[in-house]
Amino acid sequence: MTAGHAIELTHVTKVYRRFSGKQFATLKSALLQRSILRELQPAETFQALNDVSFSVPKGSTFAVIGRNGSGKSTALKLVAGITKPTSGTVEVEGRISALIELGAGFHPEISGRENVFINGIMLGLTKREIQNRFNEIVEFAELTDFIDAPVKTYSSGMYMRLGFAVAIHVDPEVLLVDEVLAVGDEGFTHKCLDKFAEFKRRGKTILLVTHSLGLVERFCDDAVWLDHGHKLSDGDPKRVIGAYLIDVESSEEGYLAKQDAKVQEEVSALEPPPSPAASTLTDDAGPQNMFQADEGRWGSGGVAIMGVTLRDSSGEPGHVFHSGDQLAIEVGLRTDQPCKDFVFGVAMFNTEGTCVYGTNTDIERYAADELSGEATVTFVIEALDLVEGTYKLDVAVHRKDGAPYDYHRLLYTFRVKSKTKDAGIYRPKHHWEFSPTAKLTRMDE
Amino acid sequence: MMWLNLAKLFRYRGLIQSLVARELKARYRGSVLGFFWSFVNPLMLLGIYTFVFATVLKNDDKLTQPYAVFMFCGILPWTWFSSSLLESSGSLISGGNLIKKVMFPAEVLPIVSVLSNMVHFALGLPILLAFMLRSGHLPHFPGILWFPVIVLVQLIFTLACALMLSALTVHFRDIRDLLANLLTLWFFATPIIYPYFRTGVQQYSWIFTPNPFFHLAVSYQESLFFDAFGHGRSLLILGVASLAFFLAAYWLFDRLRDSFAEVV
Repeated sequence: MTAGHAIELTHVTKVYRRFSGKQFATLKSALLQRSILRELQPAETFQALNDVSFSVPKGSTFAVIGRNGSGKSTALKLVAGITKPTSGTVEVEGRISALIELGAGFHPEISGRENVFINGIMLGLTKREIQNRFNEIVEFAELTDFIDAPVKTYSSGMYMRLGFAVAIHVDPEVLLVDEVLAVGDEGFTHKCLDKFAEFKRRGKTILLVTHSLGLVERFCDDAVWLDHGHKLSDGDPKRVIGAYLIDVESSEEGYLAKQDAKVQEEVSALEPPPSPAASTLTDDAGPQNMFQADEGRWGSGGVAIMGVTLRDSSGEPGHVFHSGDQLAIEVGLRTDQPCKDFVFGVAMFNTEGTCVYGTNTDIERYAADELSGEATVTFVIEALDLVEGTYKLDVAVHRKDGAPYDYHRLLYTFRVKSKTKDAGIYRPKHHWEFSPTAKLTRMDE
Repeated sequence: MMWLNLAKLFRYRGLIQSLVARELKARYRGSVLGFFWSFVNPLMLLGIYTFVFATVLKNDDKLTQPYAVFMFCGILPWTWFSSSLLESSGSLISGGNLIKKVMFPAEVLPIVSVLSNMVHFALGLPILLAFMLRSGHLPHFPGILWFPVIVLVQLIFTLACALMLSALTVHFRDIRDLLANLLTLWFFATPIIYPYFRTGVQQYSWIFTPNPFFHLAVSYQESLFFDAFGHGRSLLILGVASLAFFLAAYWLFDRLRDSFAEVV
């Protein structure tokens, strides 16, 4: 192992067996201590990690990021020594404590106190060491009143907190953390972060698997990004996270586009679009209160919405936009006979069904003159000042009295991404002002 | 590698000790009689066997009177043996959380099963003594000195079986079900509820000789019940063989160790 490194993975590949009935194959290869691969067909195996190498310098805080199933937890288990690599080497220097499954060794029938002792011994402490740290552990877990109750009476939060408290008091050289910061309320999470910071100050090595990118950016010195068992990037957390986010966005984009295509296909299959040719303007007004209706499409026909495209500031069609960017909603229309009574409308809803904004050309005092043939109407939002989340669109063309020609209800979905995790729906353009006596420093950018 | 792990086992004695204590504490937690079950269980078992073999199937053999005491000498160690095997064969699977999620020396689990059952065995001994005192049939002097040796041999033999079974059960879950039936057969094939010298039984001595538990049961009976201890040589041979078996079983366990976290 290179000097100065606490953890080093060199060309590590880990192959798992998919479920299959071939016990003999695995028993035989386990007995002969050779690779399971040889006995099994490629279809029966699953490559969790593929030739991954990275090293963690002593005293640094290192993050492993990636989507679900990318091999993050497998990497952590290899470092913890719980499983062995199929090929390649994993080297670790110093006592390890793994916060992988908190309270894994707890026995439900016996008290928290006894479990602390047994769990501590499992993690490599002596009875005396636990005795010395016992009060600290219980206080950290905020369980002073319940420590003598059997663990089966604990809530899941209490259970996790106790497990976390024991594990973190093992005082390891190398701490492995697998997405366990979600265990407690805000207060407890802060306490955990403080504890990590203390570890960091004392020069311990921390390997962190998490989906909380903000935490990585704030806290980590280095990061590695795994995807489907391959290492895609490593180094400076900001850069790695940036690359990761772009990838997540593009796959989200792909997902939303697919979703979009599916919804529109479903709708047109369920309710054939009113033929523009059949221009008999029946008074099919649709549901009474349109804002309470589910997604769908209705209307009398006459004017038909042929398609809706969302475009960003550079005109690229997409489904994922950044807060504050421009969003253009482009509506393609068609009418067979020239029409003189028409209003275009759009409305945006968040996932709770709250109307974020809605308007139409009539409200904004555009008088309809004439619509004929194929037409395009674009609603341009100059700055999409919404908080992060998923939003749905209503797009409609109707008569001035409200009777719809073609109403598309919640059929179009887009996501707003934001670096700032603020709350609410709408983000007003804003800035902060402080008197010279209130001193604050902007952390990033 | 295997020797290294075996040496490490010694360092885990604190862990094993607290896990055995936890096992005993947790077992009767919440039951009314609590720890008394450790006494009541063998008593009830003995009551049933006494009813069947001393009352219903009355037995007049003078050598084995009182029959309850005779049977108890064999049933007590057999219960330790059979429940150890049944428990330990499933121990790696039920402790799967530990093996998969924590760095945990897997061999501790079957060992804890054997040792906690050994404690139950030890708790049954005062009851055996009470029976002996009541019936006035006490063990003779030099034979009783063999008792700790027999316990030690049984411990080594049971540990070896437990290690092997626990490791194999991970790969073949069928073992657990098979084992329960096999143990019943084994119980009746061993002279525990009948004396080995009984007429009509002796012709089966070819089954007895290769049966390790035959030597243990007869040793217990000769040490605690009969007048003379004559099984010493066989016991020592079994002791040496058990030690070799233990090493072989540990080797097997050590070989399969890496597969546990993946197959469990």
